[in-house]
Amino acid sequence: MVTAAIMYWGLRFLRFAVHIREVCVLTAPFFASNTTLVAYFFGKEIWDTGAGLVAAVLIAICPGYISRSVAGSYDNEGVAIFALLLTFYLFVKAVNTGSLAWGLGSALGYFYMVSAWGGYVFIINLIPLYVLVLLITGRYSMRLYVAYNSMYVLGMLLAMQIRFVGFQHVQSGEHMAAMGVFFLMQGFYFLGWVKHLLGDKKKFEALLRIIVTCAVGVGAIALGVGTASGYISPWTGRFYSLLDPTYAKDHIPIIASVSEHQPTAWSSFMFDFHILLFLFPAGLYFCFKRLSDATIFIVMYGLTSMYFAGVMVRLILVATPAVCLISAIAVSATIKNLTTLLRTKSKVSQTGSTKGASGGKGSSKALPDQSQPFQRNGAIALLFGAFYLLSRYAIHCTWVTSEAYSSPSIVLAARGAHGNRVIFDDYREAYYWLRQNTPADAKVMSWWDYGYQITAMGNRTVIVDNNTWNNTHIATVGRAMSSYEDEAYEIMRSLDVNYVLVVFGGVTGYSSDDINKFLWMVRIGGGVFPVIKEPDYLVNGEYRVDKGAAPKMLNCLMYKLSYYRFGELVTEYGKPPGYDRARGVEIGNKDIKLEHLEEAFTTSNWIVRIYKVKPPNNRCYYAILKGLKGKALKKKLHSISVTYCLKQGNKYYGECHEKSIRFLKPANKEASLDRETDSERWAPPPQVFCKS
Amino acid sequence: MGFRFDLLLLFTTLVLLSTITPTVLSDVILSKVDRRIDLTSQIVRVTSTLKVENAGPDPVSEVLLTFPEIQAKDLAYLTATLNEGKGKVKKSGSNLLINVAKPEELPPSLIFHSVSLPKALGEGDSLTIDVLAVFTHALRPFPEEITQADIQLVLFQDTAHYLSPYAVKVQSLTVKLPKARIETYTKLENTNIHGSDIKYGPYENLPPFSYAPIAVHFETNQPFAVAQELVREIEISHWGNVQVTEHYNVVHQGAKSKGEFSRLDFQARPHLRGASALRNLVAKLPPRAHSIYYRDEIGNISTSNVWGDPKKTELVIEPRYPLFGGWRTTFTIGYGLPLQDFLFGLEGKRFLNFSFGSPINDLVTDNLIVKVVLPEGSNDISISTPFPVKQGQETKISHLDVAGRPVVVLEKTNVVPEHNQYFQVYYRFNKLSMLREPFMLISGFFILFVSCIVYMHVDMSISKSSASYLAKLQWDEVRATIQQVVSIINQCLSKHERLEASLHDLSRTGDVQACKTARKTADSLFKEYSKELKPLLSFLQSSPQATQILPKVEELVAKEKELQERLIAKHSTIVDCYEKKIGGRELENRVASHQQKVVALKQEVDDLLDYIEEI
Repeated sequence: MVTAAIMYWGLRFLRFAVHIREVCVLTAPFFASNTTLVAYFFGKEIWDTGAGLVAAVLIAICPGYISRSVAGSYDNEGVAIFALLLTFYLFVKAVNTGSLAWGLGSALGYFYMVSAWGGYVFIINLIPLYVLVLLITGRYSMRLYVAYNSMYVLGMLLAMQIRFVGFQHVQSGEHMAAMGVFFLMQGFYFLGWVKHLLGDKKKFEALLRIIVTCAVGVGAIALGVGTASGYISPWTGRFYSLLDPTYAKDHIPIIASVSEHQPTAWSSFMFDFHILLFLFPAGLYFCFKRLSDATIFIVMYGLTSMYFAGVMVRLILVATPAVCLISAIAVSATIKNLTTLLRTKSKVSQTGSTKGASGGKGSSKALPDQSQPFQRNGAIALLFGAFYLLSRYAIHCTWVTSEAYSSPSIVLAARGAHGNRVIFDDYREAYYWLRQNTPADAKVMSWWDYGYQITAMGNRTVIVDNNTWNNTHIATVGRAMSSYEDEAYEIMRSLDVNYVLVVFGGVTGYSSDDINKFLWMVRIGGGVFPVIKEPDYLVNGEYRVDKGAAPKMLNCLMYKLSYYRFGELVTEYGKPPGYDRARGVEIGNKDIKLEHLEEAFTTSNWIVRIYKVKPPNNRCYYAILKGLKGKALKKKLHSISVTYCLKQGNKYYGECHEKSIRFLKPANKEASLDRETDSERWAPPPQVFCKS
Repeated sequence: MGFRFDLLLLFTTLVLLSTITPTVLSDVILSKVDRRIDLTSQIVRVTSTLKVENAGPDPVSEVLLTFPEIQAKDLAYLTATLNEGKGKVKKSGSNLLINVAKPEELPPSLIFHSVSLPKALGEGDSLTIDVLAVFTHALRPFPEEITQADIQLVLFQDTAHYLSPYAVKVQSLTVKLPKARIETYTKLENTNIHGSDIKYGPYENLPPFSYAPIAVHFETNQPFAVAQELVREIEISHWGNVQVTEHYNVVHQGAKSKGEFSRLDFQARPHLRGASALRNLVAKLPPRAHSIYYRDEIGNISTSNVWGDPKKTELVIEPRYPLFGGWRTTFTIGYGLPLQDFLFGLEGKRFLNFSFGSPINDLVTDNLIVKVVLPEGSNDISISTPFPVKQGQETKISHLDVAGRPVVVLEKTNVVPEHNQYFQVYYRFNKLSMLREPFMLISGFFILFVSCIVYMHVDMSISKSSASYLAKLQWDEVRATIQQVVSIINQCLSKHERLEASLHDLSRTGDVQACKTARKTADSLFKEYSKELKPLLSFLQSSPQATQILPKVEELVAKEKELQERLIAKHSTIVDCYEKKIGGRELENRVASHQQKVVALKQEVDDLLDYIEEI
């Protein structure tokens, strides 16, 4: 955000009257182009210019990265991948040269990354891991020492300036690896010094033993005390869920419910990487063949990020640069070998038969043995093969970019019966309706996926949005959606909700609607409020919406709101009315009556439906009370309040005061237990039904 | 019962009025008045044909038009034209000047407009004027709130008798309604109904200020599209474009909708459920409009269509959702127009001739702001409009502006399509200032590139004596030397080729002499080259930076020398052979060993060159 603001002011200063929106739209592509530059230099650093060039080309069109860097995807990731690659590049450069300046540059890159994205944790764990590997493999050098120390110390100090991160670098378990490696480096250096001083091998070994035991002991005690005293926080769930793909599903349903956090399917790997997926192992082979500090780094980066990409779909993004670089090494090395083969061959053939047995002379590069027949033809064929693959890659990337990533996800497109394009702009229709035709202080309840969109496009307050950290909050909305209407009404009143928005794909066959997400709402709601039980919504473990659906399912708020008056609509020719095209069934409850809500707006393709929560001013009783005076009024009031309280199961409401018109007062005593057989108590809403 | 009250109020004021006996004005008689009230759209258009006759002795130069205060506040547009033609050949004369008048003797609850006649009317003279009065917000929905299934009913009030300070001899009134149900209407004497027209009159010989209130309550399913605010920005670019951007804030001011909005009903029975909903708007843009867009704060709206023909461009826009009563929406449309259609030169000045109101049909604009953005550097600005507007000036800073562009701001309330008349903005502008911005860009890039060049060529090291800096300098020198060596070797190689070529010539022509001269020149050149090589090699040997590469370079030079010798040997052998006329096989035998060596050496030299060049 700061980046975009700086660019905006910079352009304004240069008298380009750009709109902040234009800057935001183009921020991601701008940084993506910078990323290709960095990829070139990185490739040059770890292999050669050819690999750098290929890497730049590959990353420029790789769908895995395009997905986050198309114009208009104004997200932290767009900037963060650039910062990530820059940090790595500068660090590798620092390790290669041992220069303090590059280390400093790397620290600055790290600082930028920290300010941009929470994924910086990946850097602060990968670099120590890399250093550790170098130490173990005996590649420790002064260059490494300089690079790591300058980067770590400066980077840590700079990162502490970011409020969001604060002292986490010295306190949280996720950053401890870096600290440990830092101390290890100092120990290593110290030992080297001592060894140099002592000169005697035996004495040194004895000393080494003492020092190592002491260091390990002290470190373990410090860590133990820190953790026990709460000074060092343990690993967070997020971290665990990265290491263990099954963790989130069992412990944090809300993380698991996001489609981006699902374990990656093979198809999406193929979709995002295409041939890079096969070039990746080849590149690893080349890296191992010509092992250096830099190639070790890229190998580690590639392997770890590949693992994370397998755990979560969205981390494909982090793996993309590594995959591109390693594949670039494979491509570049292969093509280089093949072309040298061709070139030498042609030179040899010029000289003709007189050359004789002098083949060994020109074999300084790659001319394995002359005995293989058809070598030249084979090389040509392989080159053509490589070019074919690369061109397929280019075609695939263009296709993916145009099909999957270019259209905004908020506008849906489909092909009509005549092959024409049909656009479903329902989301914006609904949001704009909210923006223009509801009171400015209206509060909208929807599932959190639409929170940001409603806030930004509808300009209305939402109950939960994409950045709601409070799990209970989300669970409350989930509970409201999965309760019966009158229960949900109480929850909505307590949350002061004016409008409820649901997304429904039954008319258009849009499958990622709220009914399909509904089980997650039940799970998340049930995670906090055990009243909600997932089996209540399933029939024999099966999730269905037709006649055979569970009764609770057929009467919960989400079902009612989605299918309100849907039973009268014929969606497909030759099917009964109320045929749900997204799920391919006829719905089970066609006669839905809403008591506390009314339909406020439904978009032209029914994708978004907005309901208004009716005010509670004794809707039906008003008419009865009208015209009554004195004793008759009192009597009537009493009877109504009694029946109402009975109807409510006297859940949250104290005794009924027949004297006041505000007879529905919230309980000042402890609310009684819920109607269901739950032990967990749902806190009484702070104020309910006070307005008359 | 608001309207009843209004009616009562109106009536009482008028009753009061009628008690006053007008004095001065009675010289004029309206001998015939024809009024037609058009209620088919939300804009009420009242066309009156007045036959004015002067009955008094004094010449009359102006005629007063009267509106009750309650109507006058809705009056958006008023013109009077002289009707000179007879019968069918109606020649609409020029508009007459109209001023707001305040005769002292008359009560303030009536608003008067005085029409100046082109020439004073003498005694007994008469003429006919057409008066067009346009009212907005004069139709009031009643009931004010309806559900989706209800039809929209509106109420209109006026007087059946022509309200005038003059006596009226004969008069009639026609109220034209949309072709739909009429709920009620006031029945007076001589009231007829023909289809959807209601006729009042004729009434004869009515005194001044006579009044007969009527109310018509009828069904209309016209959406009442009202732009509460419209900002039109017209930006002139002397590169050939007029860019128009219009920001609308539209509200449906018909009967407010209440209760549920059911999409199902709206889709299944669109003409019964939601008949009065505003589905689309049609804008008539000038011909040759291009780059038309239709968007709002959250992006492009895809439901729009454009048809173009040489006379006009028609743009049909649909709001994101159908507008029901009380619902509102905002959107922006923009289009570009060719400059030459709207900008003209006049006596060294330029002027923009552009239409004032909104291009959308049947749209009432409550508050219209027209901004004309002139190019930077325009001066001497003046404006002429066909009707009074509020004027102002501001500046706008756009791309590459330093001082900002002058903006003419025109504001007007209550604008109807009748206001779509041309207004002119005159200004002076120097053609040369057009080139200022491109020049700024060019110079900016020029400076950028120059600074890049300077940066690349200037030595920015802080310490000139540090070891690494010196090493770098030395390394640069070494590289330069090696480059020289390589280039010399390459020259040698090309000379070799030439020698070979001379041998080829020899085998073809047998010209020994030419071959010998070639040999001689080659020899001298080789000598020169070896001389040149010597200092370079010695420098490389002395330089510590070159230790790594030195053996290779030396090897290269040695191999090249060997190659040279071999080649010369081969050359002399062949020449010898030719001189001695030894031919064929013998020659080949003699040359073969040389040839083999030469080829092998050439290969090695090439490899070495490749290797060195890669460094």
